[in-house]
Amino acid sequence: MSASVEGTPVEKARAIGREIARLHADDVDRQARFPKEAIEAVRAEGLLAASVPRELGGLGATVPDVVSMCQGLAQGCSATGMVFAMHHIKLLSMAAHAAGSDATQGYVREICDKKWLVASVTSEVGVGGDLRRSVCAVETTGDTFSIVKDATTISYGAQADGLLLTARRHPDSAPADQSLVWLKPGDYTLEQKSEWDTLGMRGTCSPPFLVRGKGRADQVLREGFGDIAPLSMVPLSHLLWGGVWLGIATEAVSRARAFVRAEARKNPNGPPASGLRLSELQARLQSFRTLVYAMAEEYNGAMVNKIDKDHLLSIGYALRLNNLKLVASTSVAEIVTAAMPICGIMGYKNTSPFSLGRLLRDSFSAQLMINNDRLHMTNAQLLQVYKDDS
Amino acid sequence: MQNQIRTILQQHGKLGTDATSLAEDADLYQAGMTSHASVNVMLALEGAFDVEFPDRMLKRSVFESIRNIHAALSELTGGR
Repeated sequence: MSASVEGTPVEKARAIGREIARLHADDVDRQARFPKEAIEAVRAEGLLAASVPRELGGLGATVPDVVSMCQGLAQGCSATGMVFAMHHIKLLSMAAHAAGSDATQGYVREICDKKWLVASVTSEVGVGGDLRRSVCAVETTGDTFSIVKDATTISYGAQADGLLLTARRHPDSAPADQSLVWLKPGDYTLEQKSEWDTLGMRGTCSPPFLVRGKGRADQVLREGFGDIAPLSMVPLSHLLWGGVWLGIATEAVSRARAFVRAEARKNPNGPPASGLRLSELQARLQSFRTLVYAMAEEYNGAMVNKIDKDHLLSIGYALRLNNLKLVASTSVAEIVTAAMPICGIMGYKNTSPFSLGRLLRDSFSAQLMINNDRLHMTNAQLLQVYKDDS
Repeated sequence: MQNQIRTILQQHGKLGTDATSLAEDADLYQAGMTSHASVNVMLALEGAFDVEFPDRMLKRSVFESIRNIHAALSELTGGR
């Protein structure tokens, strides 16, 4: 691939997925190493700023477009797609809540300008996987603050340029009274606590780290995480992850389709038996794709110009958003699994063009990134009052 | 009606402060009510006032203060 790709940001991301990410995906997986070739290509094309509004130095891509970029990258390499998704979940959450704060706007512009890759530090020892609770706290002294966070996982922590981290607002704050804190390059050190050797998504390089950081007080976002989470971070996570999982499922179906086509060409006498399974699979993929993009359009509509808090903070929306994650995360594993009998032994082999092993292993991570049982528990709570009457 | 709302908030709202003396327009979420607790408050209110909150009312703004809860309940009960 040439140094510069022509086209829209979506076309560029898709080309990088097809021509660079795909080339290195098996090596990234085997060695559990960062997908540096594809992420450097993304950086070189300016796509790390894709989701940020133009007035803050970004490309102003819509949410459906960013989802489409995640999908395109993940079709080539799941880890590349996931790194891209997590970066934009963080950066766009920061940008969406920058209004009214010159400092935050300045930091977002700097991230876009310097093409920094941002990692997320929400997990922590002692909170049981609850995004909305923190143990660590921002300790402010005059114009500066310091923080120490014992994170159970930081995806691409060692490769990122900066961190966006959740913490209690003050040492006296309740666990749910959280702030979002920006740590620039040079503001922090990372001490890796153990290895990242997993079944799938190996290239996200997500081991536990101890973070020690410090910075200026204005690096703590003014808007509380209690609002940032439901308005931006949670919806964007489910939507952009959905794009990544859709990319994995699309790739599996594409391999199954190629296999069936090859069979058909050998014997052009009506569709082979595996064609029926392919038909079934294609229908499931279509409904998965429709769900992800419809929800992305809806969210985009609620975010354009002014955040529609009333809509995004309703029980109906919370339920549907959780359902998106539940359906997308289970669909991806089901679709890759269903592709296996179509490709047969050629799908089972690690060294065949129809191989499904890596996709299958990657797909299982989806139901664990915010455990689906946690979301079912939340939905069970909400369904006690929700009537589905609109 | 207000006293009953306050009693329910006291029992189910998990507020960090005393619901019986809270200002009518104080933000209940800022006072510590989680989304989880707010659903329990809704359930208790539906039981106590024999009403059903339609989905259009199931959003943060309707339950963020005693005044707003009162207004929603008044609309549903027709002042009965």
